[in-house]
Amino acid sequence: MDFISILSIFVLACFVGYYVVWSVTPALHTPLMAVTNAISSVIIVGALIAAAATEAPGAKWLGLIAVALASVNIFGGFAVTERMLAMYKKKEKKG
Amino acid sequence: MTYETAATSVAHAAAEHIAVPGWAALAYLVSGVLFILALRGLSSPTSSRRGNRFGMIGMLIAIATTLILHGTGLVEIAIAIAIGGGIGFVVARRIAMTAMPQLVAAFHSLVGLAAVLVAAAAYLNPAAFGIVDVATGEILRVSRIEMGLGIAIGAITFSGSVIAFLKLNGNMSGKPIMLPGRHVINLGTLAAILGLVAYFLTDQSPWVFWTVTGLSFVIGFLLIIPIGGADMPVVVSMLNSYSGWAAAAMGFTLHNTAMIVTGALVGSSGAILSYIMCKAMNRSFISVIAGGFGAEAASSGGGEKVDRPWKRGSAEDAAFLMKQAEQVIIVPGYGMAVAQAQHALREMADQLKAEGVKVKYAIHPVAGRMPGHMNVLLAEANVPYDEVFELEDINSEFAQTDVAFVIGANDVTNPAAKTDKSSPIYGMPVLDVEKAKTVLFVKRSMGGVGYAGVDNDVFYMDNTMMLLADAKKMVEDIVKAMAH
Repeated sequence: MDFISILSIFVLACFVGYYVVWSVTPALHTPLMAVTNAISSVIIVGALIAAAATEAPGAKWLGLIAVALASVNIFGGFAVTERMLAMYKKKEKKG
Repeated sequence: MTYETAATSVAHAAAEHIAVPGWAALAYLVSGVLFILALRGLSSPTSSRRGNRFGMIGMLIAIATTLILHGTGLVEIAIAIAIGGGIGFVVARRIAMTAMPQLVAAFHSLVGLAAVLVAAAAYLNPAAFGIVDVATGEILRVSRIEMGLGIAIGAITFSGSVIAFLKLNGNMSGKPIMLPGRHVINLGTLAAILGLVAYFLTDQSPWVFWTVTGLSFVIGFLLIIPIGGADMPVVVSMLNSYSGWAAAAMGFTLHNTAMIVTGALVGSSGAILSYIMCKAMNRSFISVIAGGFGAEAASSGGGEKVDRPWKRGSAEDAAFLMKQAEQVIIVPGYGMAVAQAQHALREMADQLKAEGVKVKYAIHPVAGRMPGHMNVLLAEANVPYDEVFELEDINSEFAQTDVAFVIGANDVTNPAAKTDKSSPIYGMPVLDVEKAKTVLFVKRSMGGVGYAGVDNDVFYMDNTMMLLADAKKMVEDIVKAMAH
């Protein structure tokens, strides 16, 4: 892909992000932060590439550490979001 | 340089890597779309959990695709994921809901550090990332810019989030720390970083790269220390945004759709949250980032304090008043979170409902230490979300309400924001609690002022009763008094 196609994806994604995030209800802003945290750990893709490479041991170690850090975020972020979302309940109709 | 040998041996690999196979490019696109759906789900609590699952599947696809493409060293990678994932999972399970702002700040710092490490790995081993210019054996120019920006933003996210974490966790005072000449130092450091990233285009020597990294760590630290505790919602949102931009910058380097889409989503999400928070305080983003809010007002306001009469009430009085009421609106703030009073508060609300009183909750956008903080705490205490209202939806109701029960909030109820042009919080949208027939104000003592360092006229009104005690203790006493 050339730079311009990548830039196009990026700019359009910013617009998608703008509209999607404005539609998030304010009551869920904390889960929003937790889940964006989890998904921004998609940076693990870069970490995995570095960790899988064999020719430079230094870079490989940096990659492995980055994989571990991003994993903390991925598992932690999604799990804590799930925990929070499970707490939001509607009024129960009693009796 | 070592790059030349590495570059010649992997020039072919590099060319191959840039052209990711079609199925993989498609898979990354799918995972990007799933991330969009994950955020879309948050438009309502009913669809939110499905959204979160979409996010998990998206992440799984991104990781699996990468592992299939680069299928070496799987054992070490599995160990790294198991260690990190295990820690993350346990922390997420055990963390108290009141500690959520700290947790989010800590998570941001990890994304930032991961971005720094990935950028550093790409610098040390550009061939693996397919960013070597075959003609010169050096790193591609455009990749240098992306990498430079990626490591700078990542490092700022990391050190900034560490400071935010320490302040939120109470390891460091929430008071602004003001260095003399800090604006000059900050702007100078930022200019130096940008200058060096530009210079990195012509000279890829290690000193340039590592100086950018070092300066970025320093500026992240300097930017956050002058910002006070109650401005943390803006800071946490801003760092959220930065972690997104860091991921996007690395996505440009790797030509990876999933990373670019996610980076853009997270970046705009954090930016919008910062905007909402600033608007809710009627402050400009620049003034929040410049820091020091509250420090001056608190020091200058000390002399002119006048003793004004106010009424003190007891738990029994409060219980009596609320039981007689038709409608009670509860206004929670950071003090409720500190005192962990949310469960006791819900018990009180249950008692009132059993007496036939209508109970609603009014949430100011900047109540607490992060966006949506109060909503999560109330949800934790099993308060149904359809009893919880945002400022603009409930503000007109105070005039028809018998009791406004303010617990641990202060500045967000201050009418001076509407009337006193000289007040530091003038223009901030506030909850009109003073319009209720009676205001019950739970506060630790009369001495303390809110974050903005301004006195609140509501304390001294005829229809206000001050309930001076720890928030949780007071609510528990009210519950006991109601049982009689």
